[in-house]
Amino acid sequence: MKYKLLARIALALSMARWRQTMVAAVGVAFSITMFITLLGFMNGLNDMLDGLILNRTPHIKLYNELKPSPAQPVQLAAGYKGYYHFIRSVKPYGRRLEIYNVDPIMNSIEKDDRVLGLAPKISAQVFYNVGAIDVTGVINGVDVEAENKLFFFSTYVTAGNYIDLKNIPNSIILGKSAADKMLAKIGDVVQVTTARGDRQQLKVVGYFQSGIADVDKINSYTSISTAQKLLGEPRTYITDIQVKLKDMSLAPAMAKEYRARYEVDAEDIQTANAQFETGSSVRSIISYAVGITLLIVAGFGIYNILNMMIYEKMDSIAILKATGFSGRDVKRIFIMIAISIGVIGVSFGLVFGFLASSFIDQIPFETAALPSINTYPVNYNIKFYIIGAAFGIFTTYLAGYLPSRKASKVDPVVIIRGK
Amino acid sequence: MADKVIQAIKINKHFDGAQQQHVLKDVSFSVDKGDFTSIVGKSGCGKSTLLYILSTMDTDYEGDLLIDNDPMRLKNEAELARVRNEKIGFVFQFHYLLNEFSVLRNVMIPGLKLGKYAEKELEHRAMEKLKIFGIDDQALKMPNQLSGGQKQRVAIARALINDPIIIMGDEPTGNLDKKNGEIVFELFQKLAREFQQTLLIVTHDMEFAKATDHVIEMEDGRILNT
Ligand SMILES: Nc1ncnc2c1ncn2[C@@H]1O[C@H](COP(=O)(O)OP(=O)(O)OP(=O)(O)O)[C@@H](O)[C@H]1O
Ligand SMILES: [Mg+2]
Repeated sequence: MKYKLLARIALALSMARWRQTMVAAVGVAFSITMFITLLGFMNGLNDMLDGLILNRTPHIKLYNELKPSPAQPVQLAAGYKGYYHFIRSVKPYGRRLEIYNVDPIMNSIEKDDRVLGLAPKISAQVFYNVGAIDVTGVINGVDVEAENKLFFFSTYVTAGNYIDLKNIPNSIILGKSAADKMLAKIGDVVQVTTARGDRQQLKVVGYFQSGIADVDKINSYTSISTAQKLLGEPRTYITDIQVKLKDMSLAPAMAKEYRARYEVDAEDIQTANAQFETGSSVRSIISYAVGITLLIVAGFGIYNILNMMIYEKMDSIAILKATGFSGRDVKRIFIMIAISIGVIGVSFGLVFGFLASSFIDQIPFETAALPSINTYPVNYNIKFYIIGAAFGIFTTYLAGYLPSRKASKVDPVVIIRGK
Repeated sequence: MADKVIQAIKINKHFDGAQQQHVLKDVSFSVDKGDFTSIVGKSGCGKSTLLYILSTMDTDYEGDLLIDNDPMRLKNEAELARVRNEKIGFVFQFHYLLNEFSVLRNVMIPGLKLGKYAEKELEHRAMEKLKIFGIDDQALKMPNQLSGGQKQRVAIARALINDPIIIMGDEPTGNLDKKNGEIVFELFQKLAREFQQTLLIVTHDMEFAKATDHVIEMEDGRILNT
């Protein structure tokens, strides 16, 4: 009841100056629109670029690295304890690349409920034989289904069907650039040579295109069993276990844990792609900064219109006070005006932000590097809308606060005398 | 002994400035219920200043003020606003109406603020008040469509809406021509006679003053007679 009257007065006051009120609301709407559009677009780009690398990078990779043993015999010898050891030219011992006890490790990780899934992999250095010359390459033996489920393998296979890799023995999916270089078409047979000199004929069943040409020039995929056969290794030979977590941020801690528990090397995604994260967060910060700057500018607009209104309506304020409205009531009236400008501006801003985002989403964006993307990427995360709305209302409240306080302090005696 | 609506007890007021000015000096008086009192005095003697204090809008004074036997001294701003809303009707020299609202709404707003009557009922009461002053046909106009005299009558109707225990006016006829001034003055008379409304009116017009129940004469910040 009480607020109804104040609201009615607020409405009447702002309608008396509806043009300025509208300009202020348009200012807010514009900045919220920009805020939403910018964040949606920037984050769409982030997602796309993340997808380029982060999506297909395991959160934790378990592997055996060829490196010198950290503890040399002399350090272990009891007789030389407490001495400084200067050992030169330490070489790695002939360790194998495979992970020992792969099956128990995989079973145990699979039971960890922080883990979304895992996919074993074999990496092998090979040469692609192109006529008389050999081109270096890497063959990745993958568990096709797990690879697709966790790392969206099929999205990068631009020609052929990824599942053929599993169904057709001795098949290979070549990187597009590598295939171009070898003039290999789908259905052709290419020959590869392993590091140990074994030769193998493989049937091309598809191309893949990761979006990064250097990767496509070198890498190709086979099934795990084909890779094992190629290398002449038994069924237990696995060089990498790729783990995908439910929460990526746990990766560094869990990598450490696995390193200790399974006595293998473990690399987390944050360490592997530190620079990538930075790029994403910089883009986010820029868009937040621009959006918030726009909002602050809009806030000044509201501040101005309210200040003007208060100067113009001094008489009205004096009457209200003389007839029994308290300073607090007057303050509420002007805060209400500010908040309504905010609410209306924010509502329109959210709608227009969504429309602008959808518009950007329609603009064609063709790039050879990203076959799965045809239009500019946009992220419609509700979070941006909530942040935009909250910040918009908050800014208008702040912008309304000072003028309202001034209005509440108007001394009716001074105004009445001044006539 | 009649009920005292307003009691001023040794009210002193200073204005700080280049030189300090003692504007009200030990002003004490009271207004009884149903009285029609006028305050007269030379320009600058402190009439308006006194009225602003009595109406609780000015709180910067020494001495005591009792309205309806309730001391105002210790009340905060919101409580004083409530007193103004409920117990005092104020009529200014310049008809202060809210230009954003119709005549009827202008009359109703202090009533809506008080919240004693439902809106429909209040609208009815507002129309009654306008009828007393013969301007009920103007109810739906906007204030800027009225003449000066009409506006002043609306302002008086507004002052009456909450049935205040006293109506104060600071030269309410001062800005009107003679004829309109007389009309407004007659309306005050009518309020006093027919409705036993307590009135306290500052005026320059000696004729006006003579026709009231009591005349308080001021000179240089003091009250001469009581
Ligand atoms: N804000 C102020 N600051 C300083 N002095 C003031 C202020 N307001 C009024 N005065 C002084 O107080 C004195 C009384 O003023 P007031 O307005 O009460 O006179 P008044 O009796 O109403 O005169 P009038 O009949 O002309 O309206 C005057 O001398 C005036 O100069
Ligand atoms: Mg005066």
